[in-house]
Parts: sequence; structure tokens; C-alpha cells
Amino acid sequence: MVTPIKKSEEAVTIRYKLEAYYSFSAGIAYTKFLNGLKEGKIIGRKCYRCGRVYVPPRMYCDDCFRPTDEWVEVRDEGVIETASASYISWTRDRLEEPEVIAVIRLGGREKDWIFPGLFHRICGKVDVDRLIGKKVKAVWREKREGSINDIECFKVVEG
Amino acid sequence: MMLRKVAIVGAGLTLFRRRLKETPQEMAWEAARKALDEAGLELKDIDCVITSAALDAYDGVHMRGEHIAHSGGVRKTVSRVYAGGATGGMATISAWYHVASGLCDKVLVIGEEKMSHALPHPQSVFRYIWDPITEKPLNPNLIWIFAMEMYRYMKTYNVSKEEIALVSVKNKRNALNNPYAQAAANITVDDVLNSEVLVWPVNRLDVSPVSDGAGAIVVVNGDVARQFTDTPVWIVGVGWNMDNPQWSNRELAYARYVEESAMMAYKMAKIERPDKEIDVIEPHDPFDYKELHHIEGLKIAKRGEAPKLLKEGVFDLDGDIPSSPSGGLMGCGNPIGASGLLKVISIYWQLKGIAGRMQVKKPVYTGLAQNWGDLMQMSAVVIMRR
Repeated sequence: MVTPIKKSEEAVTIRYKLEAYYSFSAGIAYTKFLNGLKEGKIIGRKCYRCGRVYVPPRMYCDDCFRPTDEWVEVRDEGVIETASASYISWTRDRLEEPEVIAVIRLGGREKDWIFPGLFHRICGKVDVDRLIGKKVKAVWREKREGSINDIECFKVVEG
Repeated sequence: MMLRKVAIVGAGLTLFRRRLKETPQEMAWEAARKALDEAGLELKDIDCVITSAALDAYDGVHMRGEHIAHSGGVRKTVSRVYAGGATGGMATISAWYHVASGLCDKVLVIGEEKMSHALPHPQSVFRYIWDPITEKPLNPNLIWIFAMEMYRYMKTYNVSKEEIALVSVKNKRNALNNPYAQAAANITVDDVLNSEVLVWPVNRLDVSPVSDGAGAIVVVNGDVARQFTDTPVWIVGVGWNMDNPQWSNRELAYARYVEESAMMAYKMAKIERPDKEIDVIEPHDPFDYKELHHIEGLKIAKRGEAPKLLKEGVFDLDGDIPSSPSGGLMGCGNPIGASGLLKVISIYWQLKGIAGRMQVKKPVYTGLAQNWGDLMQMSAVVIMRR
């Protein structure tokens, strides 16, 4: 029978920390995407055959399974698809102020199952349980370096 | 194509607990030994071994499949299955096709997860499952995305937190009958609503606890199953499906990949009306809303109507379609590589009639276990019949 214990100290334990550093190639599509963010633009990629726009961009179409065709700039405004408010950090420590994040639909038709969109923070204090369907706009950082964090957050612009 | 009949003839579980003293191999060995004992088999009788192990980062060892395959896999035909939370179900399906194809006769599936190793909290290991370019820089925690799926489900079908909390109440209550359970309790809806808000709308009692635990099953060729038991439980349908892993680019209110995995399994099992033909179910419930979400994907309830059936008592132990009679992950804990096997084992024990205090009131002939995993787009369904 296995032995439940309360703390790791109740067993002989060995501690170690994994150390691994990475240098990710952003690839073809994300390089363009990150360079676009640096310029304050959200860049997607369009498939001519089905008309689908990919944000973040992809070099191939999931459905048609052929290369996508064109870089497109989408507006930095969208609609909140869903949201949540985190009261914990990634280490499960309690946060003083909750961090509100959302999936933002950046175009496409309302009924589309698959849509161009980003996962990002929502600015300021908001009622998270009223966010679905709200219009939001990107708030860009002054100093941008080619990162998803070049967008500081998305701000609710319409009631 | 001619497929051989496939049966489960043995199963074993360890206790599920927040922290166990044993190593992953020691936990896995205990579950494997119990499964062999229940089947009346010895390791020498087994020709193939499937290991069911989820995140390498939990044990801090890459190639974790081999790491735990030591507990039963030496000099066997071994393979590892990893599909996140769906790992145990996919490992069972893998055992099924190893046998159905004629490749193996007796397969031992060994699943394990020891989450308690990871510091400062097991949750921190999930930091390394995100896209390193578009997601990781936002420093997400794992519950974020499920909280967003829960909210989308609630908003789309007008489901309240109170209705969802009833799943937590039911499963933790069911777990009181399960000798392996970690989080069994008699609680109320208010207890759930008043528990700590982790990531709104997910409170602490809406989510299964992290856990150490192991499970194992023995899967055999149907032609020889009756040599080991008078009551084999047949695997009559399997199905699996993956949706678009770009979760921030798809509708989350309904799990169409669960439906597609279920339809594949129903077709094989010749089930046309799942709500009428299935007697007992174990849908994957790492969060309470997921049980409802999955019951709808499985087409056992219409979209948005699982909460209503839950309130009517349909999914209670004495209801028409008891759901998570083991207590599920909400009641037992969620050691990822083993928790899918808990779901399969629960249905196997129910159909065999040896579930002890967990046994549901009505006679049961057909049961379904479902797992959900990867980031949030994978479903595996196993249908069993006695």
C-alpha cells in the first residue's frame, strides 16, 4: 500500500532545479507578426481558397492544407469572445488585484466557429462577468520590441 | 477488416493523495500488481505494455514513459501514450488496438502521475505548456483558459455558477464511497460558491485537486478472456478526436471534438440513442463544468441542458444515468496519467458488479468512460459492455 505523507520532509528527498535556456526561432509567420507588433500593427495571413484570415498568422491553411496567400493587416479592435479574472499567479500565490484576460475576436463573422483572435490582458478595473460581447481596442506601448507584450492590454471602448 | 474481440479482465488503483512517499515506479508497480492479481495473471503472461504518463516535467525526467515502464515493461513490447488529461483513455484505446489487431494477446496498461514533486506548486509546471512566442510572455496560469471556457459555456447557454457547483457537490459525495479518493466530502453549493476564487469564474471547489496516484488495467484477446474470468467486460466501442489546438481562435461553448469522438465510438458499439442505451458514465471532470460540457458533447443531453438533467437527479447514483459514481476527479483527485484510468476502471468495476459501495442502484449493462486533454482539444471515449 502506498504511504500518504503531509510534507516532502517526511521522506528522504533530493532537490534540484532544472536549467534550460532556449532561443526560439520565431519562424516565417511569427517573425512577420512580431515585426508588425513592433510597428503597432496586427498582421494576419489570408487563404484565398477559403477566405479564412489567420491571426496569429500561419503559412499554411488548416482546412485547405495548402500555403496561405497574403499578409493582411487587421484592425487593432475586436470583440471579447470570453474572459476571466485571475486571483492567482503562475506559482499559485494570491494576487492583490486580479489580472483580467480575454480572448479577443479580431474580425470574421459572428457565427464562425474558427476566427482570427488573440489571447491578451484587459486594461484597468472592469466587471469581468459583463465582458463577453464588449468592443475593445489595443493599447500599444510607446517602446516596442517585437513581442506580444508590445500591446499593453486591450481597453473596453464601448458599453 | 476483422477485429478481434477485446476484454478488460483486471484493474488496480493506488490511493490518490496530495503527496505520497513512494516513487513513480513504486506507485506504478503497486497498481500493476493489483491489476494482475485481479486478472489472476503473472507478469510473464503479459506480452505488451502501455505506459500512461502525462507531463515529463512532473517527474522532472524526460522520457518518462521508460522511467515508469520499469514497473512491468522490461523485455516487453512497450509503448508510451501521452495525450495530456486524455492519456489514460488513449492508453486504454492503444491497448484495445494492440489486441484487436491481433498484434498482442495480453496487455498491461500502467498509468501514473506524481504531481507533488514540483515546487513551489505543481501548478507552476504548467508554465511550460504554452506557445513560447504568442502566449508564454503573458505569463498565463493553467486555470485561465478553463475559466474562459467555463464563462463562455455559462454565457452561451445561460448556465449559473450554482448549477455548475452541483457537479462538485455530487462527485465529492459519490467519492465518500470510494476507498481510493482524496477529496471526498459532504459539501453544499454554498461551500463551492464561498470557496476561494482562483480564476473567476473558477473557485477552489470547482476544480479537482492535484494528486499523486497510479492505476493499471489488463486488456486481453476476447478468445481467451474466459480463461481468466467468468465476467469479462468487453470494450465494444472506442473513439478519439482532436480539435484545433489554437484554443484562442475557436468557439469554446460546445466541445465538437467530444461529439466526434463519441460518434466514432457509438458507431462501433452500434449505439444510436446514447441517452437511452448507456446505463452509467464517467465523463472527464477535472473541473465541475467540464462534466456538464462533456455530457452535452457525448449527446447524452442536448446543448445547454445537462444542468437541468443534473438538477432532476438523472446523474445521481440512483438516477437514470449515474455520472461519475467513483467520485470522478472532483472527488478523487487528478493525477493526470492515472486519472483517465480511474474513469475506465470505475466503469469496468460497475459492469462487473464489483464496485462495492460505489455500485450504482440499477442494473448496468453498457457504460462509457470519457477523457479530455492536451491543452483543451482532445477527447477519448471508451464504451464497455458486460
